[in-house]
This record gives sequence, structure tokens and C-alpha cells, in this order.
Amino acid sequence: MNIIEVRNVTKEYSSHTALDNVSIAIPKGCIFGLLGPNGAGKTSLIRIINQITGPDSGQILFDGVPLNPNHISRIGYLPEERGLYKKMKVGEQLLYLAQLKGLSQKEAMEKLKSWFIKFDIKTWWDKTIGDLSKGMQQKVQFVSTVLHEPDLIILDEPFSGFDPINANLIRDEILELKQKGSTIIFSTHRMETVEELCDHIALIHKSRKVLDGPKREIKEQFKTHTYFVEYKGHLDELDPIYQILDQKILEDGYLRSNIHLDGDTNANALLLNLLSKVEIRAFGENIPTMSEIFMKAVNEVPEA
Amino acid sequence: MRNIFLVIRREYLVRVKKKSFLVMTVLGPLLFGAFYGTVIWAAMSSVDTKTVQVLDESGLFGKKFKDSETLKFQFIDKSIDSAKAAFPSSDANALVYIPANVIKSPKSVRIYAAKNVSLDLKSDIENVIEKEIEDIKLAEAGITHKILEDSRVNVSSETISLSEEGEKTSSSGAATVIGGICAFLIYMSVFIYGTQVMRGITEEKTSRIVEVIISSVKPFQLMLGKIIGVALVGLTQFILWILLTTAVTSATTAIIGSQISQESVQAAKEMQHAQIPVQAAGNVENPVAEVLSAIGSLNIPLIVGCFLFYYLGGYLLYSALFGAVGAAVDNDADTQQFMLPITLPIIFSFVFAQFVLRDPDGTLAFWTSIIPFTSPIIMMVRIPFGVPAWELALSMVLLVLGFMGTTWVAARIYRVGILMYGKKVSYKELVKWIFYK
Repeated sequence: MNIIEVRNVTKEYSSHTALDNVSIAIPKGCIFGLLGPNGAGKTSLIRIINQITGPDSGQILFDGVPLNPNHISRIGYLPEERGLYKKMKVGEQLLYLAQLKGLSQKEAMEKLKSWFIKFDIKTWWDKTIGDLSKGMQQKVQFVSTVLHEPDLIILDEPFSGFDPINANLIRDEILELKQKGSTIIFSTHRMETVEELCDHIALIHKSRKVLDGPKREIKEQFKTHTYFVEYKGHLDELDPIYQILDQKILEDGYLRSNIHLDGDTNANALLLNLLSKVEIRAFGENIPTMSEIFMKAVNEVPEA
Repeated sequence: MRNIFLVIRREYLVRVKKKSFLVMTVLGPLLFGAFYGTVIWAAMSSVDTKTVQVLDESGLFGKKFKDSETLKFQFIDKSIDSAKAAFPSSDANALVYIPANVIKSPKSVRIYAAKNVSLDLKSDIENVIEKEIEDIKLAEAGITHKILEDSRVNVSSETISLSEEGEKTSSSGAATVIGGICAFLIYMSVFIYGTQVMRGITEEKTSRIVEVIISSVKPFQLMLGKIIGVALVGLTQFILWILLTTAVTSATTAIIGSQISQESVQAAKEMQHAQIPVQAAGNVENPVAEVLSAIGSLNIPLIVGCFLFYYLGGYLLYSALFGAVGAAVDNDADTQQFMLPITLPIIFSFVFAQFVLRDPDGTLAFWTSIIPFTSPIIMMVRIPFGVPAWELALSMVLLVLGFMGTTWVAARIYRVGILMYGKKVSYKELVKWIFYK
């Protein structure tokens, strides 16, 4: 079951096309990484899902139903450019934002209390936003995003501006929200975050979707059938079953090579082959990192 | 609807809770009170007595210049040159020189003064001389003083405005003052509250909170909520001002009133209640009664009602445009280029208002009080003088259509503008935004 289905969405501005016939399905209960270089169209897509703008053509389904204003209260949105009313008090501001999302004053108050205790920020209630540090403001904004317990949480670069301790705190919160059944869309450039948190990804480049699916499958798809091995001894460059791509001498005298294997040979056969020739210290398959996949996918797209 | 209400409530409370709002609310009536008090005080207390030296070579005017409360005449008998030489060291304010042949050449009268003399003083002196010369000439023609006295008729008229409600004494003096004050208040409030809307929108844009808000509220709702919220702040301010001003002015009247005779206060009250017409010419000793009864002769409920309507209408019309400017730019400094076309009609209306005050039923007055961009100010100038019902209705309908129009335009600029950063916007661009689908 998908919480969001983007169907053939196109969005054009006067000078450029932001989204070109994009279709993406976001399964319920996952952490979905929305990736892409700057200006690829991620923000446009996020704004369309948030109903800030509408698509020129195409359709968005939320929980199987065409997107409509009733869905607003089921979405929480943390934009990349953070902002709160500088002169308003933290408590008042959060109450206001929560009420705009459809909570009653009483509900909002109760939920806020538990968050203030959880984040240990009780003393902030009567401070104005302008008096808080940037990291503190971010925390307040995060609370405002998730306070109404939305089914779908859209986080645009959620960790920017946080120190490692607070970033961890937020990360744990995100995982907890997922546990509770929320779906989270991450828009980010930080591939380590994607590596760590995302279950599914979609990559948008030059207004088009170039890649999407479960992270595991994508990694499989981008596998190069290469293995690394650290060893002592001598290996011939050419062998019937493998091919040595490179070789470098490590500081302690061991060698490290990347080896390419033909499609039908498995790792065991390679190991057996190597064992007879050299002393092996380490061996493993080269799994592509998200960063490599990103670079590869983006570079493969022909210039429009 | 719930969201618009939430936005209105926030915009309202944030502003009303500010210290500056409280200060203005208290200060406004105090300023009005002080102004009102000064006017009454000035009307009651005698003006400085001025001394005028008279050098009368003709010998005709010996007893004719009579001392009054404000003028004292000193007759001197010197040559004009020595009188002129002595003038700077004397404490006289002016020196009137009447040559011997004044009857033949009346234009040879001269007034010397250190500073320019007031028009009043000049005409007073001229009147005395004119009258005397006239008398002499009449006497020469064989008309005695007695005949002349008998032939003088004193006509004093009173302005009565004719309307459906029948005859009513009107005071064009009070109408001028009230019209002027109303026009000025609307002029100021359109500027003050219009700019507040603009600032508020730019603030939301630069602090980037707007993206969070419009993920919950439609841009149009946010804009409208802000405009209405600020309008209510203005209304609150005016209503508090009216209440406090009434309190302060009655206090002022009471304090000053205790200094003037009990009678005149009594008279003032009677006149106010009974709406007895007052002769504008007479009754110099009783200015308070005069002012009060003049105000009493105006249709106060109509004026207050129209004031609130035109304040709201004018404010809505312009604040939408101010809002559009706020949405189109990135910061306050960039607003200048778009402000001019908005502020020009407001300033023009205020300038036209001065002409309309003099001729409240002229062609200029008619057209400018019908066109929505100038009508809020001009119509308020005209209303105390009385305006035909159809003109008022037409003007109101057009104003409502006008602000609906500007709000529509503003909303279209707004929804594009608030999410547009780091781009210098041109007029051409704005027009394009209006026609985006």
C-alpha cells in the first residue's frame, strides 16, 4: 500500500520545467529518500505534495485518494529553509502552528507538554524565538513538524544546523516515528544519512526521475561484480575466471587489489582460486555506496 | 474558515499586545485633548495687545481709531521722517501714516512695521480710513450722518441646508474642520496600517516561515487573514480613541468650563440639546458653546458610520496592494520602487482634499469622491457638508468593487511572490504573475 502515488506529474515555470512526467510511489511506513542534485525538482515535488502549488498535469494520490485539502492535517513539513516568527514566544508559536494543522488548543497543549518534557526544553516556553540559538530554533521547528502526529512527514535536509548530539536525538525521533507507523520522506544531499536511514529511494535529475525502488534492490542493480582482496604474494594479471583491475601496496607490505569476476562465477570459486596462490588477509565484495550510485546515475543521464 | 480565523487572531493579538499599540492608544486621545484644549484656550484668552502709532497729517481721524482688546492706538505729532526714525526704538508694532491729502489720494496711506502686519490689522486700519473718507465725501454730497445711519440695514444670515429630513442649520466651519480631520485620519491610517500589512508579509517571507504556514493554510487565506487582522487592530485603535477622546475632551471642557462663566456652559448645553441655530457671526464671548453647537448640528452618526466604512474600504483597497508589494520583494529596502504608484493616489487624494474643502460640491469633488482610489479620503471631506444619497451609494459600491479588484490582483501576485527568493522583480514580471493560471 502506498501512502503517496505521484502519477505522471509535470510542472512548468515560465523559464524552465521543474518536473517532467514524474511518477513515484512511496510505500507506507518506510523512510523514503528523495535524492537529486540542486535544482533537480525535489522542492517542486515536495511543494506539490504539500499542496503549496499544483501540478500542471498528472495526479497525486494520498492513501489511494486524490490529494485534497483534508490531507493537509495528515502531513508534517519541515522545509529546508527554516523559519519561525522571530518575535513570537515559543509556546504561543507552537500552539498556533498546531492549531493551523487542525488540533484543538487543548490537544495541542497536551502534546506540546510531552514534547517539552521529552526534549527537556520546558524553560523555553516563554522565550521568543529570536532569543534562541539556531540549533534550538531547529528543535522547536522539528517539534512543530511532528506535533500533530502526521501520517506523512516530509523532512527537507533535517540534520542541517544540528550538532552531532542533537542530530542523533532527531535521528532517534525519526526512527521512533517510523516505528509508530508514520511514513517519512527525506530530501537530502547527505548520502551517509540515506545509507543509514532510508529503505526506499528515488533519484530526480534534470526534472526527470532517473531511479527509484528499495535501496537494497538499487544497490544490487548497481553492483559491479568486483571484489577486493588484501594479500601477500603474487597474482597474475590475467586468469581464466577473473581480472585484476588495480593493485596497490599498503604501508605494511600487503597488497590490495580490486578484482572483477565474470557474471557466472561466484565468490567461492574466486576464493578457492586465490587461496592456492597467495596469503589472504581480507576479502569482500565491493558494494556500491549511495554516493557512488548517485554520481553514476546522475552522470549517466544524457544532456537534455 | 477556521484557519482564516486563527490567522486573524494571531495577527490581531500580536499587534495589540505590543507596547507601541498601548502607547499610541493612550497618547492619541491625550494629543487630541491637548489640541482641543489649546483651541478653546486660544479662543478664550485675549490675544496680545498690539500698539499702533498713528501719524495723521490730515487731522481727520483724531477720535476715529478706537482702542480694542487687541489694538491700542497712539497718536503722534511729528514729521514722518522723525516718526520713522523713532519707530524702531518704540514698543509699537506698526506705524500708520495718513498724509494730508488722503481724501484725494486714498492710496497714499502707508503702514510701516518691523515685521509684516497681519491681514486683519491691515484691513482694520483700512476700514477705519475708508469709512471716514466715505463719510466726509457723503457729507460733502449733502447726506447727513443721520440719513446714513437710517439707511444702514444689518442683514445677518444663517446657512440652512436643505435635505430630505427637512431644514437643518449647518455650520460650514464645523463641517470643514470635521471633514478635514476625517480625511487626515483616513490618510494616515491607510498609510500606517497598509505598511503594517506589507511589513508583516515581508517578515514572513524573509523569516521563511511562510512555507510552513502555507503548507497548512492557503496563501489567499493567509493574506486575507493578515489584512483583516490588521484592519481590526485599526478599528480597535479608533474605537478606543473615540472613547478616550470623548472622556478626555469632556474632562478638558469641564476644567476650562469652570473658568468661564457658568452661563455660557449652560447655554452651550442647551444649544447642544435643542439644536438651536446659532448665529455664527455673534457671540464672540462664548466660543465653547459655538463649537459644541456647531458640532451638534452635524449628523454625527452618519459621519462616524461613513468614517468607519471608508476607513475599512480605503484600507482594504490599499493594504491589498501594499501586501502584494510585500510579497514581491525580499526585504523592506526593495519596497521603494513599487511603493510610488500606490502612495501617489493616496497623496493626491490628500492634496485634492484641500480643494474639495473649499468647494465640496464641485466637479473635482464629485469625481474624486466616486473613484475608489481617492474616494475614501475625498468622500469623508464631503460628508459633513451633506452628500446626495445616490452619490454616496455609488461611491460605496465602487469602493467595495475596487477593493475586491485589488485583493484579486494582490492575491495573484502574492501566491507567486512569497515563494520567490533572490530575484529582482520588475513590473513586467508582476504583470506576468497576475496572469499565471
